[in-house]
Amino acid sequence: MAKMNMLQAINNALDLAMAKDDSVVCFGEDVGHFGGVFRATSKLQEKYGKARCFNTPLTEQGIAGFANGMAAQGMKPVAEIQFADYIFPAFDQIVNETAKFRYRSGDEFNVGGLVLRSPYGGGIAGGHYHSQSPEAYFAHTPGLKVIIPRNPYQAKGLLLASIASPDPVIFFEPKKLYRASTGEVPEEYYEIELGKAEVTQQGKDITVLAWGAQMEIVQKAVDMAAKEGISCEVIDLRSILPWDAETVAQSVMKTGRLVINHEAPLTGGFAGEIAATIQKMCFLHLESPIERVCGLDTPYPLALEKEYVADHLKTYEAIKRAINF
Amino acid sequence: MTNPNNATITTVHTAEFTAGDALKIPTLRILRDDGSLYDGATEPELDKTTALKMYDTMVFVRVLDERMLAAQRQGRISFYMQCLGEEATTVGSAAALDDKDMIMAQYREQGALRYRGFSLEQFMNQLFSNEKDLGKGRQMPVHYGSKDIHYMTISSPLGTQIPQASGYAYAQKLRGLKNTTICYFGEGAASEGDFHAGLNMAAVHKAPVIFFCRNNGYAISTPANEQFVGDGIASRGVGYGMKAIRVDGTDILAVYQATKMARDYALEHNEPILIEAMAYRLGAHSSSDDPSGYRSKEEEEKWRHNDPISRYRLWLIAKGWLNEAEDKSTIDALRSEILEALKVAEKVAKPGIEHLISDVYKEPIPALQQQLDELKAHIRKYPDAYPITAGRLD
Repeated sequence: MAKMNMLQAINNALDLAMAKDDSVVCFGEDVGHFGGVFRATSKLQEKYGKARCFNTPLTEQGIAGFANGMAAQGMKPVAEIQFADYIFPAFDQIVNETAKFRYRSGDEFNVGGLVLRSPYGGGIAGGHYHSQSPEAYFAHTPGLKVIIPRNPYQAKGLLLASIASPDPVIFFEPKKLYRASTGEVPEEYYEIELGKAEVTQQGKDITVLAWGAQMEIVQKAVDMAAKEGISCEVIDLRSILPWDAETVAQSVMKTGRLVINHEAPLTGGFAGEIAATIQKMCFLHLESPIERVCGLDTPYPLALEKEYVADHLKTYEAIKRAINF
Repeated sequence: MTNPNNATITTVHTAEFTAGDALKIPTLRILRDDGSLYDGATEPELDKTTALKMYDTMVFVRVLDERMLAAQRQGRISFYMQCLGEEATTVGSAAALDDKDMIMAQYREQGALRYRGFSLEQFMNQLFSNEKDLGKGRQMPVHYGSKDIHYMTISSPLGTQIPQASGYAYAQKLRGLKNTTICYFGEGAASEGDFHAGLNMAAVHKAPVIFFCRNNGYAISTPANEQFVGDGIASRGVGYGMKAIRVDGTDILAVYQATKMARDYALEHNEPILIEAMAYRLGAHSSSDDPSGYRSKEEEEKWRHNDPISRYRLWLIAKGWLNEAEDKSTIDALRSEILEALKVAEKVAKPGIEHLISDVYKEPIPALQQQLDELKAHIRKYPDAYPITAGRLD
């Protein structure tokens, strides 16, 4: 085991994947010699050459389309979109092409092996063009897998599983945690299964669910609740699509209550999907309405970021509301 | 011509490719490093007042950049982008326009903004995202904008203003306005799909827009030779069927001259036109970037000698329009003026909490109003956690 931050874990995963399989290539804006603006690809060009790790022109639709073509040819492109806020020029290539390659061709062609990595989320004083959490847009598209890790260990295992996946994966990395989150990470190759949630804390009174950078925030709220004698079960969803309804439902059947927290705005956010599904699966077990603690239905602001975010205090209040319903 | 409806097709009967870099577009230079003119060059018509305003603007943004970069390093603002080495591109072009011509910028065009009359206080209010910021504190530093001075508020996503500029200029034409739109972008942004879409739309629909490419050699860490091959960006304008010119972007007289001619042409013929200004981004891409990771000190040093301001200064002195001693005291005065304005702006309060939900729609929809009410109740419960807004709730 080695101590790594999230960027080092991602870099280590890419390094192992490229060493293991010649068909893995990394590219994107500034990812070549410079190693990416956040340095996730640092030293990879040095190690594997310019043909397998390279800079692209500034064209997100070009990057996604190019990755589609490479993957259709049988390679495993791991392309970086510099910020998730800038993934939208590539939206057509991802939603209409990446997602539907296999389906529309009757599996004559597919782009399994394609991974689009992108830093997402707020908390870095980035205003609305450097803070968005766009997972719900992609979760609405059949054919894509959407993954969000919360720590270095997960980032490595989930990224390696994404590269090995026979389906295309959108891999959102919480940039707020890139350097802030450190932990023990095995140096060897390992995968964490996609589509499985992780119960990070056992509890009996209420289930609290989040993913990515919000996991730290809900943990703070859960710790506050514990001081009031409220026992929370905490779940990290990890995979937004496919998502692990079974694990969540089992927990809610035990606790009878659910709080879902995400960074993105409330309306149309993925919490709505979860709430609807769990309400159906657990209707007779629910002791209170499912609570959603999310961003406001506005673009992500700069000056009033603190007020906007789905923070620990708002989560704590939601936990108490659910308990005292 | 490749248009099948066009009768004047030239045909050949032996196969021969036209090379990708066959179209060599020369670079216009008027002013030498020593402030004299190149042989055969004519200086543009410039009166003393305009010429000095151009100079003052360049000096202003140079000092502002230096001061604000330092402020960023001190943690007083979160982010900054300087235009060191590129002052002549945006100031020279803005000076050649009418004050009511629309400016659609990328993010490194503080020279054009200042030339239009954006005040020091307005710069500071935006940089400190306080309640006097015209953008209400929502965007990162340097995302300026002002309707009064016809400067479209900057959006971060790259190149999105390019097709918008085509549409804006087309609407100006339809409304019979005698104004053009200038659209700035870097050579990196010229790789975006929006660039191609925007140029093609403008060319086909004859929009009087001036596409102004600041080719400064780097898109963050990616050098121009990893961004495009062929003869730069100017030739792409020709590819879309519009006139194009390449100028030395460190030569303000060349930039001014080319933009003046471009504006006249665009308005007279209702056509788009492309200017590619060759310069060098002497500073970092932004305060989050460190160029030492991707280029050498020697390379930077070479360009440091190619300073657009000192060259123009020498020209002004030679003309007898500028006095060296006065110039120095102006710069010193500017430094303290900027520092004073900075101290004032950083003490101005942040925007009120109602601005969390204003301007999402013309009027907040019911869900937003409800969310704000809930948020206020929450803040009243935990005032210490939300110090910016807690003391100011109605």
